[in-house]
Amino acid sequence: MNGAEAIIESLKREKVDLVFGYPGGAVLTLYDAVYKMKFPHILTRHEQGAVHAADGYARITGKVGVCFATSGPGATNLITGIATAYMDSIPLVCITGQVGTSLIGKDSFQEADMSGITTPITKHNYLVKRVEDLPRVLKEAFFIASTGRPGPVVIDVAKDVFAAELEYEYPESVELKGYTGLFLGDSDEIEAASQAMQMSRKPVIFVGGGVVLADMADEIRSFVKKTGIPVVSSLMGMGVMPSKDGCYLGMVGMHGTYTANMAVMQSDLLIGIGVRFDDRVTGIVEQFAPKAKKIHFDVDAAEINKNVVVDYRVCGDIRRTLPIFCKKVLRIKQDWRSHLLPWRAYLDKMKERYPLTYDAKDGEILAQHVIEMVSDYAKDDAIIVTDVGQHQMWTAQFYNFRHSRSFLTSGGLGTMGYGLPAAIGAKLAQPHRQVILFTGDGSLMMNCQELATAADNDIEVKIVLLNNGVLGMVSQWQRMFYGERYSQSQLKTKLDFIKLADAMGVKGMRVTEEDELDTAIHRMLATEGTVLLEVVVPPKENVLPMVAAGKPLNEMVLGAEE
Amino acid sequence: MKKYLLALLVDNRPGVLTHVSGLISRRAFNIESIAAGYTEEEDVTRINIVVSVNNELELDQVVNQLNKLIDIIKIVNLTKFDPIQRELVMIKVKASPATRTDIMNIVEIFRAKIVDINRETMVIELTGEQSKIDALCNVLKDHEIIEIARTGAIALSRGPIPAKRL
Repeated sequence: MNGAEAIIESLKREKVDLVFGYPGGAVLTLYDAVYKMKFPHILTRHEQGAVHAADGYARITGKVGVCFATSGPGATNLITGIATAYMDSIPLVCITGQVGTSLIGKDSFQEADMSGITTPITKHNYLVKRVEDLPRVLKEAFFIASTGRPGPVVIDVAKDVFAAELEYEYPESVELKGYTGLFLGDSDEIEAASQAMQMSRKPVIFVGGGVVLADMADEIRSFVKKTGIPVVSSLMGMGVMPSKDGCYLGMVGMHGTYTANMAVMQSDLLIGIGVRFDDRVTGIVEQFAPKAKKIHFDVDAAEINKNVVVDYRVCGDIRRTLPIFCKKVLRIKQDWRSHLLPWRAYLDKMKERYPLTYDAKDGEILAQHVIEMVSDYAKDDAIIVTDVGQHQMWTAQFYNFRHSRSFLTSGGLGTMGYGLPAAIGAKLAQPHRQVILFTGDGSLMMNCQELATAADNDIEVKIVLLNNGVLGMVSQWQRMFYGERYSQSQLKTKLDFIKLADAMGVKGMRVTEEDELDTAIHRMLATEGTVLLEVVVPPKENVLPMVAAGKPLNEMVLGAEE
Repeated sequence: MKKYLLALLVDNRPGVLTHVSGLISRRAFNIESIAAGYTEEEDVTRINIVVSVNNELELDQVVNQLNKLIDIIKIVNLTKFDPIQRELVMIKVKASPATRTDIMNIVEIFRAKIVDINRETMVIELTGEQSKIDALCNVLKDHEIIEIARTGAIALSRGPIPAKRL
């Protein structure tokens, strides 16, 4: 068996059933093994597409996503996708070809130091120069990527290693001196945190991506049902609570709901679970939740006290710590719901008074309205994917999320171009589920070549393109903070998205009139195959409410009503 | 700013120094010195880092972030254990026959060593705590220092327990 075959065999042992990638000089032997061993592989049209697709696959399944790329430019094209996965803690194993061992360090053709380049954006990385190391490295890579706080791992393999012969034996377990993958948590910390609940009259639970990654949404939902504690969510925590749940206040932060932000600002106890208090959430960090004692649940000790100094830390895997905490809290009081009634009534009134709104002028179709309509017509278990920008925030605000692990978005890095390939990866992971991508005319163009990947492989993604002819979020900031000087944000373009879709083998439809919208959405969802529905929306709509950068959460610019 | 001495026990594998130094620069941690070397265990390297931080919370960040690196086996904040700290310096200084005696007196006072001498210069070696080395460098300023090479601090805890069991 050669190194390339050993890699494929190891992927099989790790129960990988699909790889995304793009061949090239340094990985010819690897692709020869893919061919000979008939390993399922999707050829994207750009390496960035491959890594985002693997990311989408990982987010939906909870398994490790895998992608291949060749040395040099192939490998560096993965960088944005690796950084995207790293910021959102997504488990990936990226296998890149490197030039031959004798050529490493000589600025050889298509050489780039992947271990060096990816060190700041990977959980770990390897450069493999000896074939006998491959099985151990693969075993470790999958273990590291998927345990604790998940993240991407890069394995850079010298070209000659793929061809070298080895006695293949896949290790049963990993032996890493500095990493056990176990994050059990400390019962004293859990006890202290649950005691902190005793005195609280205005608690708020703040859920984030960590809850999704740990598949703990059901635990949260049942705890909230029993206690009636109100919940706010980060962008990455969308779907942990059903959007329409009575205890759910919405997204918190820069484009959060008024009620969610006020609840955090007035709360006397904030229970952060699997969150990292990102600056888009906290507003000016010194004035974040000033009245609240803070509890922070996280698997990563380095997240605790990183951005926000907390009073109670519960460091460990929430799959272990959270159920114990919930049980203890429920034992403190029998009647949590009635105890919290005044707080809930106060927030309910606020929710009623300050709902998320938008105000369409005659003849205009607003993106928010489109998203709401799609939300109404989509299947209950649809997978929702976004790109980055205004449409992303509107999706977070107006889509009616029903399930956890069903919303794919680049939250941490904010990667335009993430959506389409991620949607492809998600659909391939779970072909029975409807996959809907909300994107913009800026974002879609960043990886539009993947339309061909979708069409050629019959990957059914429903693309809702909200075309406002501008880079919406950039324009919004220029409108609000730069005296309407729209520098380089107006896409005055000759681009015809329907023809583009057509050229790639994707069915396209365009809607410009409000009265066509309903039929068009129905047709898009009913038509087989990948469909692109372009909806022309006005260029000057703002995402509101909004907390300007450097302001506290209670200084919000509100919506149309104010 | 307060200084802390950390002992990092790391897997002696390629890339480990990149991982450690990369993390330090990316997180914008202030490092006063860094010194690495082999240990009593064949596959373990010990990296001694002196970090400069504003408060304990910042120190926790440094330790927790470093701890996330897979190739780090253990991190010990030796400052907590009143450690023995040493640094080695070599100083090449101008030394004409006229100034030689004066310099030798200084060397004597500091219990340093002269390890090279010629008609124009001397190389002085000194081991000690950072403050002592700073003091010698300062005194020798009167004699035109040509170059200085310092190792950065290394440290061991007092008593029988090694860092790996602290």
